[in-house]
Amino acid sequence: MTIQFNDETFRDDYSFRNSDWAIKRFPFPFHEDSYMYSVNMEQHRGGPEGSVYEKRFDVDEHYVSEMRDRAKVLDDDPLRCQSLPHMTLAGWDLLELIMVSKSEDYPDLFELHRDGDTWRWVNKPLGIDDTFTFLDETTLPYGPMEYITRQSQGDFAVLDQRENNLWMDAGMITTQADWSLDFDIGMNFFEWHAPVPMAHEMGIFKRALKFLLNIPQGAPARRLNWTMTVNPLLDTSPENYHKWGIQKTTLTPENIGAKQHLRVELQTFYRLPRSNALAFPIRCYLCSFQDLMTMPKWGRRLHRVIKDLPDELATYKGFIDNRPMMLDYLAQFDDGLPTSPGIFPEPETEPPLKTG
Amino acid sequence: MSAPQKAKAGPEEIPVIVSAVVPVTDHVTRFEFTRSDGADFPPFSGGAHTVVSMKDEGRTRLNPYSLMSDPADLSTYAISVRREDDGRGGSLFMHTKVSQGDAMTITYPVTLFSVDQRAKKHVFFAGGIGITPFLSMIGQLEHSNGNWELHYAARTPESAVYADMLLMKFPTKVSVYYSGKGDRIPFGTLLEGQPLGTHTYVCGPARFTEHLRDTATQKGWPASHIHSEEFTAPAPGEPFTVRLCKSDKTITVGEHESLLEAIEREKIDAPFMCRGGSCGQCETRVVSANGEFIHRDHWLDESDAESGTKIMPCVSRFIGSKLELDL
Ligand code: FES
Repeated sequence: MTIQFNDETFRDDYSFRNSDWAIKRFPFPFHEDSYMYSVNMEQHRGGPEGSVYEKRFDVDEHYVSEMRDRAKVLDDDPLRCQSLPHMTLAGWDLLELIMVSKSEDYPDLFELHRDGDTWRWVNKPLGIDDTFTFLDETTLPYGPMEYITRQSQGDFAVLDQRENNLWMDAGMITTQADWSLDFDIGMNFFEWHAPVPMAHEMGIFKRALKFLLNIPQGAPARRLNWTMTVNPLLDTSPENYHKWGIQKTTLTPENIGAKQHLRVELQTFYRLPRSNALAFPIRCYLCSFQDLMTMPKWGRRLHRVIKDLPDELATYKGFIDNRPMMLDYLAQFDDGLPTSPGIFPEPETEPPLKTG
Repeated sequence: MSAPQKAKAGPEEIPVIVSAVVPVTDHVTRFEFTRSDGADFPPFSGGAHTVVSMKDEGRTRLNPYSLMSDPADLSTYAISVRREDDGRGGSLFMHTKVSQGDAMTITYPVTLFSVDQRAKKHVFFAGGIGITPFLSMIGQLEHSNGNWELHYAARTPESAVYADMLLMKFPTKVSVYYSGKGDRIPFGTLLEGQPLGTHTYVCGPARFTEHLRDTATQKGWPASHIHSEEFTAPAPGEPFTVRLCKSDKTITVGEHESLLEAIEREKIDAPFMCRGGSCGQCETRVVSANGEFIHRDHWLDESDAESGTKIMPCVSRFIGSKLELDL
């Protein structure tokens, strides 16, 4: 399908909206009526047609506006994009991976013409048509990682692999859920994970690290993570907590349906071929509570998950104070009917919700 | 999540055609591959290897070989195979049963040995057939104007694969030492006086690798600057019996097969990636054992290896009356 790109903002007046299409394909992260933290990895090898899992790098109606938001964040704070000197080759690997994937997966939007090392890249939604020499930085306006991630939704961490560990040695991080590249740059896997509660048992982390170290070329992996954000704000960085933290106090029973967003990260993991680095794209999807309630299964389930979530997790995810108000809102829709297993909404078969 | 899954052990496979079989010395033959679908191969990192799958009279042999071709030329992948007359048969199969035009399967590149991008200079030490990963590393560094030198030990000029080519192309960067003439690589002197930020890499027989490692460590090189291709081919050994608890099967590992191969022969999907004891992917929990483990991997740390609770089936064996695995 051809995508109609929204003209919208993720700050100030928050004109961000999801179309019916975007709601239906929202990566709802709960496959049953309860939630338990787990590493829940699976192979990233396509998915149902139209779903966010189908393509290697999903492009949706928010693309153009998200890229505009990223450029603004970088104008204010250039340190959101950093690459240590030895990561340039990994940057080229990432550029190639994204250009090849997007031009194959969205031929109507992106074109890549390669003639030896002379590459021409056409990005129609952003109006870019550049010719450059592959592996020659001087022929691009930015370093290769910055160049391509200014044109790709989601954050990107590029991890060097050495000494049986992963190192946060490069990244483009402008839409993160409360972590800072400038703080984490150069850290290894254990160092940058240091403040996670509940999953702090070394065992889980060692297993996760081992899995990541072993992700082979040609077989990317993925998992979902989630949190809550008030207002459709992409840049919830620690640097800006003073600006967005306060918005959590603006929720009222009247505005919660529109303002409270479930924030889902589709995390993918790719082994990069030339550098042997690991690319870790973190794609963020936002959906307001009121939009989620248009899918009966999600309406029922979200209430049950949020209700039963352990306090520590609600605290860690930053919504313990607003949970009672969330539950008041969500309870109106939950009629207690059973839900079908799996994450997909199945609006055709799921009986309609009570209307709040 | 509920997307279609392809659950399969081991790295992704690529169907290939053998495009050339080139004898290099009496014992070493180069095999070149093109993709069956005519496309280019995936890019790879110098020093990566591929696992070649050989259909040998009803059994499948999976042997890893370093990719030695130029990483900038993705129309072809090449490996060089040394014939091991008393090995387990994989190299003999390649030498005697594979010819140009044959269809085979190889895996995506697996990288366990690669150029460290932080290094200001790279000093390579190769012993014998251990030269192969350095050929692709040199290819990669030549494209990026990397600073490198190679010290290559071989028995005789006749057995020194690719030495002539290397000496001709890079006369100032390559030195070859013939042990048959009593020539030894002076590790100590060569490691001294290297500029700050130099990394060293070694690939060759175990004693050669150890010697370089020990010398570099003695000279105060940080461990993170010493890289070795710690790659072990499975070795033959006494047959032994294993009980696979989850699959409820008892199998015997033959003299010339690895534990991993015996498990695969029983059609049990066990994880693997490198098949050389270094990636950690095949790590398996021991349920109970009465006997002695022959750990030959480079993965388990000393306490894990001594505990007798873990084994790496791709290269390690067992001697004793009872072994039960969580598979
Ligand atoms: S398969 Fe890599 S260690 Fe066994």
